[in-house]
Formats: sequence, structure tokens, C-alpha cells
Amino acid sequence: MNRSGMDNFRENLKNIKGSFAASLLRTKRPLSGRSRAAVMLNNFFLHIQGVRTNINTLRPAYTFGLGLISLFLLFFTTISGILLMIYYNPSTGDAYNSVKDITYVVFAGSLMRNVHKWAGEGMIIFVMLHMARVFYTGSYSRPREFNWVVGIMLLTLTFVLNLSGYMLPWDQLSYWALVIVSNIIQSSKELTDALGITPYFDIGGMAKEFFLGGTVPGKATLIRVYFLHIMLLPILMFISLGVHFWRIRKDGGLSRPAGSVEKSVFSWPDLLRAETAVLMLCLAGVLVYSFYVDAPLREAANPLIPENPAKAPWYFLGLQEMVSYSAFMGGIVAPGLAILGLALIPYLDREDGHAGIWFSGRQGKITALQSLFAGAAVLAGLLAFVIRFGWFRNWWPDVPQILIIMVNPAGIWVAFVALWSLRVIRKTGSTRMGAIALFTLFLVGYVMLTYVGTELRGPNWEFYWLKSRWPLH
Amino acid sequence: MDDKTGDRDGITRRGFLGMASLWALILSSLTLLAGMFRMSKADVYYEKSRRFKIGKPESFPVGTVKKLEEERVFIFADSEGIYAVSSVCTHLGCIVNAVDWGFQCPCHGSKFNRDGRVISGPAPRNLPWFKISRHVDGNLVVDAGREIKTGTKFRV
Repeated sequence: MNRSGMDNFRENLKNIKGSFAASLLRTKRPLSGRSRAAVMLNNFFLHIQGVRTNINTLRPAYTFGLGLISLFLLFFTTISGILLMIYYNPSTGDAYNSVKDITYVVFAGSLMRNVHKWAGEGMIIFVMLHMARVFYTGSYSRPREFNWVVGIMLLTLTFVLNLSGYMLPWDQLSYWALVIVSNIIQSSKELTDALGITPYFDIGGMAKEFFLGGTVPGKATLIRVYFLHIMLLPILMFISLGVHFWRIRKDGGLSRPAGSVEKSVFSWPDLLRAETAVLMLCLAGVLVYSFYVDAPLREAANPLIPENPAKAPWYFLGLQEMVSYSAFMGGIVAPGLAILGLALIPYLDREDGHAGIWFSGRQGKITALQSLFAGAAVLAGLLAFVIRFGWFRNWWPDVPQILIIMVNPAGIWVAFVALWSLRVIRKTGSTRMGAIALFTLFLVGYVMLTYVGTELRGPNWEFYWLKSRWPLH
Repeated sequence: MDDKTGDRDGITRRGFLGMASLWALILSSLTLLAGMFRMSKADVYYEKSRRFKIGKPESFPVGTVKKLEEERVFIFADSEGIYAVSSVCTHLGCIVNAVDWGFQCPCHGSKFNRDGRVISGPAPRNLPWFKISRHVDGNLVVDAGREIKTGTKFRV
């Protein structure tokens, strides 16, 4: 038979749906085991996941989908952030008004800003919960040590991205946050002042000017923070995230109890179905929350008058409480030690055989509870003492600053955490138990200090049981 | 590797050149990095001068308490002279309020007495006093870049 060119053309046109799909997917419909494997291997977006998934990974009560939720929230902030960039203007004269336009004029602008804000804050909660899940199931142990470190980097980036985000609207919160953060950056000056070497080596002052692009927050600062928020930090975030996922695969998938049944199923469709379900729940949650709760926007930045009290968003109020004892100790040393301590956990506790078991069994549960109660009691006592009696400066106004840097509630708490964890190691003979104590106390400190900073501090950072007792002015 | 010309001190010529190029790469990369950081440090600031005129001495009679908000200083005048005290808290940079016993910071609760000395709270240093001088046109000039000893007042 002699087919003409036109026949071929008609034939191709008729088959275009099938031939395009085949070229796109590089595989047949995933119905057989072979094609289900092929679809995972041959798709760029799916190939970061395994062809088969262990059934332990799919147990909802093992992971609670916390890491995945964090990832989806990051996606939502990315998409909403790109949309906000269309209208936002990073100049001190226009930033505030452009955010107002987004909130009140732009179609769906308010919703997008809410999604951006709440998905970002949600990341803090879910990244920390994910970290707690990974920790308490012992999933940082060999060979996953380094991925835990990458996770700590991701946690830090989450905090810094949130921080740089609320500096952008150039409202009172943004401006005074910049003032306070730049002075925390500068706070090593407390130390160099005490040692009398500031005139020769003012590293704090240099770092502050480097960050601000000046000596006070201004237009150079806003551009810098904007660049950090939309460029440098997201790049670091996505690179670290890529490494995080790659290492999950290379380190043998999700952790599971040693000796558990090695049963796995095809990732297509079981894993993908579970992931899609989490995605839909996540999206619904963020949209509903953002529909009803508006992201705050305070008055336009006023460099002459700070708000009273000048409070950061809730997730930094624990830090703000510590900073109210000593800027250098509470703002630099204590959080630095916390991050370092967390990152070093997998290298200081190298016990095997715990992975995949919540709290490593009964002893771990007891250790965690003991640390919870002891830590809460000690910290509550410490806070009550400071609130009731004050600290060195109230008793001896001329006390040298170096003494306050060395001995203050934030430092005492860090020392208690370290000593308690060492004591647990000595008593139980297990470094894993020491790690459980350390991590539990980290969570106790974060939650309690955040509560005090959020609920119990009022104007002039004074103590109030209730917000309704704040003086009117 | 048997290399007749090298290997006197246990290093071959090829090894030496390899190490030398590696270190050249490392050092030049570090220099580049330092240059990038140096570029990000601004040479010019879009800020007001920290020296400013505050007016003739006659406008500060004994008993004056004046808050210059833009300039972030308090100007006081008493029988001993005129003096300028910074209104920026030495803790984390909030603006302090003048109250009858001294100064109160709203952000983290630092308190200073009337001379700007810390009496409680986290502030590590006293509020600085700034140099006051008289310009040739008769106006007083405050230099917020120059700290002076607490208690040094400008006699008219």
C-alpha cells in the first residue's frame, strides 16, 4: 500500500495524545509492578523517592507526616511569596504603603499575605515537631548523623527567614525589630567593653554596620533584609533541603526499628496517595486559617517612638526574655550553645539499636518525664526569683558588666541543662538517656520562656499575670 | 614515584607543584571571599551628620528639659551648665522616656537615674553624655559622635 505524506500527518495528528503522553512520562501506565517501578524511576519529580516504600514509613503514628507538612508549608510560602513580590516595594518610603495595598486593594492580596505569614509561622511549629519526632525515635543515630545536622541548619534558616520576613513591611514591628536585632548583633561589645578593648577591636560594631549598611536602620538596611529574605536565605534553604532529601535515601530511607519486618510496597500508588492526602489537608488548613485570621500590620515605622512593650512575634519572645537579662548572653551565647548542642547530639551519643523506637523504650520515657518536671521546676523557680528580686544590677548598681554577662538567668539555665544531662549520663550509663534529657530541657526552655515573654510581660517588660492588668496610657 | 631531580626532602617536584597550586587556589578564593564581604560593607551612609546645632544658649535657661526626638538626645540646663544625654538605651537601642526619677526604657525594662547611670535592668552601660561646644555664629553644637565623662556640663 502506498501511503502519502498527508496520511502520515493525519495518523500522527490522531495519535498525538498518546504519543505526547508517552514522550512526557517515558513509561506505560503504572498498572503492573514493572511499570510502577518504571514510573518512579523515570520521572524527574518522583525519582527522589524510592521505587518501593517500607510499610513502617507509611504508618501515620510513626512520622505524623511532620516533615512532609513542613515541606508543603515551604511550598505555600514560596508560591505566595512570589505573588507578593509583584506588588511589594522594598524602599523605606513605599514599603508600608505597598503592604497596605496588598492587604486592602489587591485582589486576594490579603489572603496571599495571610497564607505567606501563617505558612511561614506554621513551618516553625512543624519543623520543631518534626525535629522532636526524629529525636525521640532516635533517628539521628548512625548513619543519619549528618542529616540531623542538616536539619538543624534548616531549623535555623526557618527562624531567620521568618525574622527577615517581618522586617519587610516597615511598620513599627519591622523597624524596632531591626533596631533590636542589630544591637544583639553588636552585643559582643558588652564583652569587649568589659575587657577594655573596644577601641582597638570592635567586632560587634563592625558586624552591626555590616548588617545595617549604616549605623541606624534605613534604606540600605531594608534592601539588605529584602535580599536576604527573597534570595540568599531561600537559596540556602532549598540547597539544604535537597541535601536533606538526598541523604534520607542514601542513609537507607526512614528509620525503623531494627529487626522489624522488612515489608515494602510499591511507592506508586501507596506512598503518593498518602503524600497527596497530607498535601490536601495542609492546603485546606492553611487556607481556612488564612481566611479567618489576618496577618498583623502595625502602624507605619516611627524611628522616634518604640512601641511599649516592643514585642517580637511569639516565636522569638523566649529569646527576648533571655535578652532582657543580658543582650550578649541571652541573644548570642545561649542560642548559639543551644544550636551547637543540638547539632552535636548524634556525635556525642553514638549508641546503636535505638532507632525507630519512641523514647528508646521505658527508661527513655522516664528520663524524659523526669527532665520535664525537674526542668520546669528549676526554670519556674529561676524566673520567679528574677521577677520577684531582680538581678545584680538592682542590688549593686555599680556591679561590673562582665559579672552580669558571666552570671545571669540565661547562663544559669544553660549550665543547668548541661549539668543535668551529664548527671543523667552518669546515673544511667547511657549517652542516649543524656541526649533525651538535653533535648527535653531544650523544649522545656523554649516553651516556658516563650510563654513568659508572650503572656506575662507587659509595658516596660514588667511582670503582669494578666494582659487586662496592663496600665492604660 | 622515582624522580631523580626531586625527592630530596620526601617531596617530588610534581607533588610540590600540585600542593602549591592547591594552596594558590585556596588563598585566592579566600581573598575573593574577603573582597565580596568588603563590597557589602557600605562606604557611604545615607545618614544625617551626628553633629548638629541646637540653638543659642539663651534658649536653654536653667531648668530646661528638652527632648530632641530626631537627634535622639535630651538637653538639660541647670545652674552648673548645659548638658546633652543620649536617649538611646545602651541595651538594644530603644528610645528611653524621661520620668521624674530619671529615664525608663520601654523595651526590656532598663532604668537610669537622672545622670543616665544604670540603676536596674539589662543595660550594660550608662547613657552617654555628648560634647557640647559653641559655633562661631553663637549657636551651641552637640557632637553625638563624641562621648564625654558623665557630669561634664557646658558653662555658658
